[in-house]
Amino acid sequence: MTTTLTSDRPPLRALITKIGLDGHDRGSRIVAAYLRDAGMEVIYTPPWQEISSVVALAMQEDVDLIGVSSLATDHLIIPDLMTALIEQNLQHVAVFVGGIIPDQERPLLESAGVKAIFGPGSQKEDIVACAQRLAQESQDAKFGALSGVAV
Amino acid sequence: MNAKHPINQRSDTELKPEDSARLDWKDAYQQQIGTRDRVISNRSNITVEPLYTPEEPDTQYMEKLSYPGQFPYTRGIYPTMHRGRTWTQRQLIGLGTPQDYNERVRSILDLGANAISLLPCNSGFRGLDCDEVPLPLLGTCGTVVNIVDHMDTALAGVPIDQISTAMNDPSPFTLLAFVLGVARRRGIPWEKVTGTSNQSDYISHFVANHMFYRLSLPGSRRVLVDHIAFCRDHVPNWNPMSIVGQHMQQAGATPAETIAFTFASGIQYAEDCMKRGMDPDSILPRFTFFFDISISFFEEIAKFRAARRIWARITRGRLGAKDPRSWRFKFHAQTSGVDLTAQQPLNNIARVTTQAIAGILGGLQSMHTDAYDEAITCPTDDSARIAVATQNILREEAHLCDVIDPLGGSYYIERLTDQMEEEILKVMDRIDEAGGMYAAVEAGLVQRMIGESALAWQERVESGEERIVGVNCYQRDDAEEPAIPTSRPDPQRMQAHVEHFRAFKELRSKRAVGSAIDELIRAANDENENLFARVIDAAEAGATHGEIIACLRKELGFGHPLIVT
Repeated sequence: MTTTLTSDRPPLRALITKIGLDGHDRGSRIVAAYLRDAGMEVIYTPPWQEISSVVALAMQEDVDLIGVSSLATDHLIIPDLMTALIEQNLQHVAVFVGGIIPDQERPLLESAGVKAIFGPGSQKEDIVACAQRLAQESQDAKFGALSGVAV
Repeated sequence: MNAKHPINQRSDTELKPEDSARLDWKDAYQQQIGTRDRVISNRSNITVEPLYTPEEPDTQYMEKLSYPGQFPYTRGIYPTMHRGRTWTQRQLIGLGTPQDYNERVRSILDLGANAISLLPCNSGFRGLDCDEVPLPLLGTCGTVVNIVDHMDTALAGVPIDQISTAMNDPSPFTLLAFVLGVARRRGIPWEKVTGTSNQSDYISHFVANHMFYRLSLPGSRRVLVDHIAFCRDHVPNWNPMSIVGQHMQQAGATPAETIAFTFASGIQYAEDCMKRGMDPDSILPRFTFFFDISISFFEEIAKFRAARRIWARITRGRLGAKDPRSWRFKFHAQTSGVDLTAQQPLNNIARVTTQAIAGILGGLQSMHTDAYDEAITCPTDDSARIAVATQNILREEAHLCDVIDPLGGSYYIERLTDQMEEEILKVMDRIDEAGGMYAAVEAGLVQRMIGESALAWQERVESGEERIVGVNCYQRDDAEEPAIPTSRPDPQRMQAHVEHFRAFKELRSKRAVGSAIDELIRAANDENENLFARVIDAAEAGATHGEIIACLRKELGFGHPLIVT
């Protein structure tokens, strides 16, 4: 008989933030509420975070997932965020992006390691399911793939 | 004009008030329209009158609706409305370097726009200069304008004494300072400069648009009053106050809440000025409004009709204004980007058209129609051209301007106008009970109300109660969609712009800038000084946008979003 010990693990934690110059925060606030209502622990920041502060916060709060909202053009500096996470040994932290990402700029984010992109009209269930899966994978990676299962 | 009986000439016999009002309207109509009036007939050769009313207007008609250009202005603020003069076509433009902007603005003017606007780069909104932010972000959402020279380039060949220029220019209004600097260089008296300080409504920034706030709440309050006083005395054809319902509605407020919050803010600003000794009639005629037009067609029309009536009563009653120019609710409106979809983007042309018709029937004075790609990117040349053409088609082909308030008298529209008014007044009462708009915002009440409405709307969309074509019904595989081209500023051109700016800072007179900044600091700490006058001096001495804001942030406090969870 196998018992999962995942319940002994800390709850999944997500950081919902905005970097760069834009301040439109309706989307990030709604997504933060979705994840909170789905049982995740959510750390929410106001817009205009510096990349270095997002990385510091992710480390300090030990998050499994970072959600970045971009409604203007701030996604253009998300690759810099990905580099900064790797530099701080946080490559296990999954990053997903929500907002308006023009088609021809999606590869820029995907090749930098962004795990998922949600555009306008995305369904709540899809966003929540994806966030939970990514956070879970990230936590699994952190604790080691097998550590969650005891025989 | 009565539907059946032509209006008789005024006679000396005693008239009932409603008859006298009709004759007053007719006189005012003829006086305002002059020789531009003409007989209009439709395709079936039926003559179209400028106005239709009940055969026997009663007291209730007079109180609630009255005639166009007459209190309470429900049917329109001017006697001729669009039959006499159509709305101003003002497209919001902002991209790239000042030179890029200038090229776009000249082409838009050639296409039929008759006023311009300038949207600065997001770095500018954040109070930063172009040498302080990552290059890839510069000019992607607006034009990079940091000094008088930049504005001079942006407005090259634009006659700023003839064309009105609206600036998206939050406190401390550096863009207007740059425009006034340009006017002085060109020998244009400031009295001739016309336009609007969009985004002077700092309360809306704190509540609903974290894009634009810069200074602390009390600091913004101080600067705004100085700005209004300065414009009243020195730039009298400039509208220093634009109260922005658009932010509230875009953030999720319902149309009724939007009007209520906007008017509560308007009252706050007027009272702040009056406390400083300004006569309401010296400022209110230069108060303007800026709204979103959603695709909720009849609701939007009723919203604007109800708003005219309420503002007229507020200004005359509560604020004690005596000049009819103070009672008129003048507004610019923008078709709402919130209703546009990234899915099947060409469908947005139909949405924008529908929204624009609602705005026109609602009696707007000035309009921006969104480009169909605005849900995805900054408009390209092609999409911007279609947005202007949409207005041209509605104005020239659809005969929307022939009749004043053409929906007036519809059972539905009149009932809805009354109901919107009730809703608006209910929300305004809540704000009053909380101590007025400033206090309600400090307490987080307004933010909470908007948050609740935003979530309620989102739930209606997600449950399918609200159907959105291409989003929760009639979806298509995205792969079938043509890709929307994304235009980004030319990186080399932008790099050159930044280098030119750095060189400018090296070459300018550091002594002149230093002493202008000292004056700014002194004025910031002296309530009897007009701070905006010192902002202009600093700009003309060569101080940059970022330097002016950094200085005032230090003296008056930083703005922080008032986040309520």
